[in-house]
Amino acid sequence: MAISIISFIIIQLPQGDYLDREIQRLEEEFGDSSSLAQVEELRERYGLNAPLWKRYLIWISGFVRGNFGESFEYKREVDELIWDRIAFTLIISVGSLIFTYIVAIPLGIYSATHQYKWSDHFLTFLSFVGMSIPAFLLALSLMVFAFEIFDVPLFGLFSAYYEGAPWTWGKLGDLFKHLWIPVIVVGINGTASLMRIMRGNLLDVLGQPFVQTARAKGLKEIVVVSKHAVRIAINPLISILGMSLPGILSGSAIVSIVLGLPTVGPILLNSLLNEDIYLAGTLIMMLSLLLVIGNLIADIALAWVDPRIRYE
Amino acid sequence: MKPTIEITEEVEGAGDPWADGGQLSYRQLIWRRFRKNRMGVIAGALLLLFYILAIGADFFAPYHYNEINMRLRHVPPQRLHFSFSDGFYVHGLKSVRNSESLELEFTKDLMQRHPVEFFFKDAKGRRHLFSSAGPMFLLGTDRMGRDLLSRIMYGARVSMTLGLVGVLLSIVLGSILGTISGYWGGWVDNLIQRIIEILSAFPDIPLWMALGAALPPGWSSIQIYFGITIILSIIRWGGLARQVRGKVLAYRESDFVMAARAAGAGHWHIITKHLLPGCYSHIIVIATLAIPGMILGETALSFLGLGIRPPMTSWGVLLEEAQRVTVLLHYPWLIFPALPVLVVVIAFNFLGDALRDAADPYSD
Repeated sequence: MAISIISFIIIQLPQGDYLDREIQRLEEEFGDSSSLAQVEELRERYGLNAPLWKRYLIWISGFVRGNFGESFEYKREVDELIWDRIAFTLIISVGSLIFTYIVAIPLGIYSATHQYKWSDHFLTFLSFVGMSIPAFLLALSLMVFAFEIFDVPLFGLFSAYYEGAPWTWGKLGDLFKHLWIPVIVVGINGTASLMRIMRGNLLDVLGQPFVQTARAKGLKEIVVVSKHAVRIAINPLISILGMSLPGILSGSAIVSIVLGLPTVGPILLNSLLNEDIYLAGTLIMMLSLLLVIGNLIADIALAWVDPRIRYE
Repeated sequence: MKPTIEITEEVEGAGDPWADGGQLSYRQLIWRRFRKNRMGVIAGALLLLFYILAIGADFFAPYHYNEINMRLRHVPPQRLHFSFSDGFYVHGLKSVRNSESLELEFTKDLMQRHPVEFFFKDAKGRRHLFSSAGPMFLLGTDRMGRDLLSRIMYGARVSMTLGLVGVLLSIVLGSILGTISGYWGGWVDNLIQRIIEILSAFPDIPLWMALGAALPPGWSSIQIYFGITIILSIIRWGGLARQVRGKVLAYRESDFVMAARAAGAGHWHIITKHLLPGCYSHIIVIATLAIPGMILGETALSFLGLGIRPPMTSWGVLLEEAQRVTVLLHYPWLIFPALPVLVVVIAFNFLGDALRDAADPYSD
């Protein structure tokens, strides 16, 4: 299993850079409008004159050592710009992941144990709506509601008072006050689909002979469900953890753009629009890396929970 | 080769434990089971209606989508009234300049009535199902005085076909690569599987954003449209290829394929006549469930300004105008394009779910 993970990581890496090279190539074609000499000078400085493979090599070797290059737009090291944002991205993503599982699993269990009752139908319909609503739309409508009804602007992660202030307990509390909205908005889509999967899994398991045996032994239904069925039905959800990560990272990017949160999303959009290649490349690389790490954690968690996988 | 074909059909019918004594074909069985799912049928009918409206937007929409009227910017939705003397009508508009914001604000002029005419002929001689000689904006207008209802109908063309074309593309890619992967196996299989893994490990919206931003600014609307379609399908073919591969792997060792091979059938014949038909139902189900993702992807991209570009319009382009809260608070009707997005995506999800239940021979 370890080998598979390592090879996985290795094949992930070049692909991310290929994309960045592609962006670089396109950026070069359309250049910018400053005078020619200036362009030449800039090119030299950013090493854009070197052939593709050399540029790539320089960039990737720098990347491994933590030198991500310089941002065109901000005239600063990419390094300085991104870490805060990656941290906030992580906070929101992990938060929504936890929210997703905490809400989806009980609802899925409830739905499966009440199959074809009206509450199951209701939850099913709700999950379809939850799967279908685009996250940015939800963010937008929440913002309007919050503004209209409670008269609070839901913009950013901090109140104006704490913006730019040093970290204190007060600031941390303020962060959590703002955090729950993006966390829920990002988590809704995942919650809905996870609930469907949990319901399906549990229904499959409930139909199996060992569950009947447990019932025949005279165990209480709640014991049968929680001790026998749910333990089996929950396993696939852990492997899905890895698959649901791209969705959550995507969601957090787009929701952040709408809500103006200081995560990777807005700066990525900006850097893409301005063809700020090193910044954009680093951000995409970082997001992919986060995913790979997330997948790794999911695999380890699965092996930890399910002994059958460990012995393969 | 004819006898082998007949054998496959028999196997499919006989393999289905719920067949009515082999009286009905597989397709009829699916149709029969699908019809029982009320939500699926409603969703299918609704989508059909939307597609008809989108294709016939020239006729069904009251105005052309780019009919700009700078004097009628941000007109709120007008209510449709009915009286026996005039039929359907809307009231006229009175404009007042707001002394603070200096924007024109519109209220209805109760003295004026603009009757709604059916099969209306506009100044350019084009027929519309319904329109009016006076201003009639049932869903209001945008910042350039264009009728939102008409724009939503025209936007449906782009938004709804983009999903279809994209899915078609990913079906072609996915089934070809999936079949190759499953049929030949070995290093080809390995390579294709690794590529799929890599693609699936990217967060899709950031990747789409990067690719969308990479589309040259000089491209025409049509080029952009296909560019976006290709971007969306490039990332989404992987799941389909996996499913097809699994099916092909299962069928490859089955008796009827062995028989065909023993009878001297070529690779091409085996793949097209024996392997792929077994995958059709799966492909259709996965494709149906993939369409909403593509529609949402396009909407998100255009919403961020990286997708479809004006003058072409799509639901995402329309929603881009509603991006800022201040705009939404003043002109809340600009959020209307979200409604068709929601309805269409939910409908596709229900349809796909119904098809999956119908196509699964083990469900009861």
